[in-house]
Amino acid sequence: MRPAEETAVPVAGTGEEAGAARDPGRRGRPAVLATGLVVGMAVLALVAMASVALGARGVSFGTVIDAFLAPDGSNDHTVIRELRVPRTLLGIGVGATLGLAGALMQSLTRNPLADPGLLGVNEGAALGVTLALGLFGLSDPAVYVWFAFGGAALTSVAVYALASSGRSGSSPVRLTLAGVAFGMVCTAIASAILRMDAQTFDRMRFWLTGSLAGQTADTLVRLAPFMAAGLVLGLMLARPLNTLALGDDAGKALGVGVNRTRILTGVAVTLLCGAATAAAGPLWFVGLIVPHAVRAVVGPDQRWVLPYSALAAPVLLLAADVAGRLIARPGEVQVGIVWAVIGAPIFIMLARRRRVAAL
Amino acid sequence: MTIRVGSWSVRLAPRALITGAALLVLACAVSVAALATGEYTVPVPDIVAAVLGQGPPVAELIVGKLRAPRVVTGLLVGAAFGLSGAIFQSLTRNPLGSPDFIGFTAGASTGGIIAVVAGGSAMTIAGGALAGCVVTAVLVYALAYRGGVQGYRLVLVGIGANALLLAVNSYLLTRANINDAATAGAWLTGSLSGRGWDHALPVALALAVLLPMCAYVSRPMRMIEMGDDAAKAMGIKVEAVRAVAIAAGVLLSGVATAAAGPVIFVALAAPQLARRLTRSPGVTMGASALTGAVLLTAADLAAQRLLAPTQLPVGVLTAAIGGTYLVLLLRKERH
Repeated sequence: MRPAEETAVPVAGTGEEAGAARDPGRRGRPAVLATGLVVGMAVLALVAMASVALGARGVSFGTVIDAFLAPDGSNDHTVIRELRVPRTLLGIGVGATLGLAGALMQSLTRNPLADPGLLGVNEGAALGVTLALGLFGLSDPAVYVWFAFGGAALTSVAVYALASSGRSGSSPVRLTLAGVAFGMVCTAIASAILRMDAQTFDRMRFWLTGSLAGQTADTLVRLAPFMAAGLVLGLMLARPLNTLALGDDAGKALGVGVNRTRILTGVAVTLLCGAATAAAGPLWFVGLIVPHAVRAVVGPDQRWVLPYSALAAPVLLLAADVAGRLIARPGEVQVGIVWAVIGAPIFIMLARRRRVAAL
Repeated sequence: MTIRVGSWSVRLAPRALITGAALLVLACAVSVAALATGEYTVPVPDIVAAVLGQGPPVAELIVGKLRAPRVVTGLLVGAAFGLSGAIFQSLTRNPLGSPDFIGFTAGASTGGIIAVVAGGSAMTIAGGALAGCVVTAVLVYALAYRGGVQGYRLVLVGIGANALLLAVNSYLLTRANINDAATAGAWLTGSLSGRGWDHALPVALALAVLLPMCAYVSRPMRMIEMGDDAAKAMGIKVEAVRAVAIAAGVLLSGVATAAAGPVIFVALAAPQLARRLTRSPGVTMGASALTGAVLLTAADLAAQRLLAPTQLPVGVLTAAIGGTYLVLLLRKERH
């Protein structure tokens, strides 16, 4: 292994780097980064416009604006107001939650390959939702989201425990394998439950591959509070996570409650993944790739990584969703499939390039 | 205990031998139970007579034409999955290293679905599954190769390939017409129902060729588990052994998937159960194959009888086994 690769430690980074934002030589950086956030929001607004306008039936931007200012009940206006806008808003919510969840998980586990889908958390949440819908017949998103939280929390604890068991302790590969194993058990049980009931199966088939389609504005309204709570809690953890990146002992010495931070991060991840999965099904790789790309731009300071991840992920998720709608007109490819096709090669590239700890 | 013939020697552990014999007896017992019970109960003497070709015609029809092919396919597929799992767990030095998670089973599924959509017969589906598995394995191996294949890199590249292929599979399923989707969906859960001798034969041939090959590389693989450098120092051609082992493991999981569909978690659970039963320090090939055979036939028996007359696909049962196994692993390794 060449030395250049050994120094390319991908996770949260070292303390010196984390403090770089306060370095006198780089005093201008926070201003630049803050401007970047504003630019990011503008890009998100543009992509959201595209997501509302483009699809199986293309609509001009003028019509989109008319649909809001002067709705006339025409077919186009109904499609925009009742299908495209809720779908776009849902995409923004799901993207932001998964991007932030991935960044939090990578920081907490100090694992460059952590991702809500890859580590089984989303699949656990999906199993919870399947149980609620398939077995108990619950249909209110604000009720079955609690099953998603339960599934997400149980799988994250189980995966983490399984990966850190044994003498060698947790390593990226052990954690990933444990996550994939638990995820596949959850998916297998979920599809078995769905298969028993043809009606539920037909309704949830697309959701189980990860899709933004078919959710109503009501789902969005019912899930939004949970997403918002997760986002606020997650963003507030930036500072203690920065300190924990120095190591548990250094963190303690600097006055950070190590266990408290871990538990709060776990709660945030559960809220974020549970709500996102309840809305769009188990999505992979969004939470893996976005934080990687973000860290390459803004550096390892979590105070920037977290908000940037939460902003960049919805941009990419919506772009993928629009692409999925355009490449298969008049049908569509689920966003989960588009993301897997884009994300898996990037994951393989990361796995090949990085010197992740050996087994 | 060592047996020597000229320059050849085989080391045998008494406990492994006793466990092997016990597993064999268990496999026979499960098979007889599967042959005897069902909607029409065949008494055990009639089964023996039917196998020898002298039973009453009804027993011969039910045992010989309907139940025996299913049981034999189950035994062989289970053994192939168990063996393949043992190979990959040894290569990756991880109890979770299994062809199910590193893309090979998913690749076989992709091949199978493409064959279904193309309107293939049962044989074409089997061929498609085998081809899909082999192509995936070659790609994963090539992508993981950087001056040698490290176990962990194989796992990670495989996990990426797995995710990609699962997405491709669900895409194909949503594109297919409803009949093809139903056929492919049933095959994808993994099932042994309606299996005939033509399903069992390829697996039997593969096992006949690959089992000796696995036995041959099992000693050097045990050395490689201690680390590449240590194995090299003992004169083992690490990359060659690894390539042979991967080829054998891939072919085994390919033919097994071709015969029964992607029955997951047998390859995961069998080697570790076998290791605990034989109390051997590493995974053992023969015991893993036997455990796999027992696991799959027992799971298939349970799938047929548990909710009778409703027939569950065996894949549902093995998924439950996989979950239980993970929880046990969790509890065991904590202490």
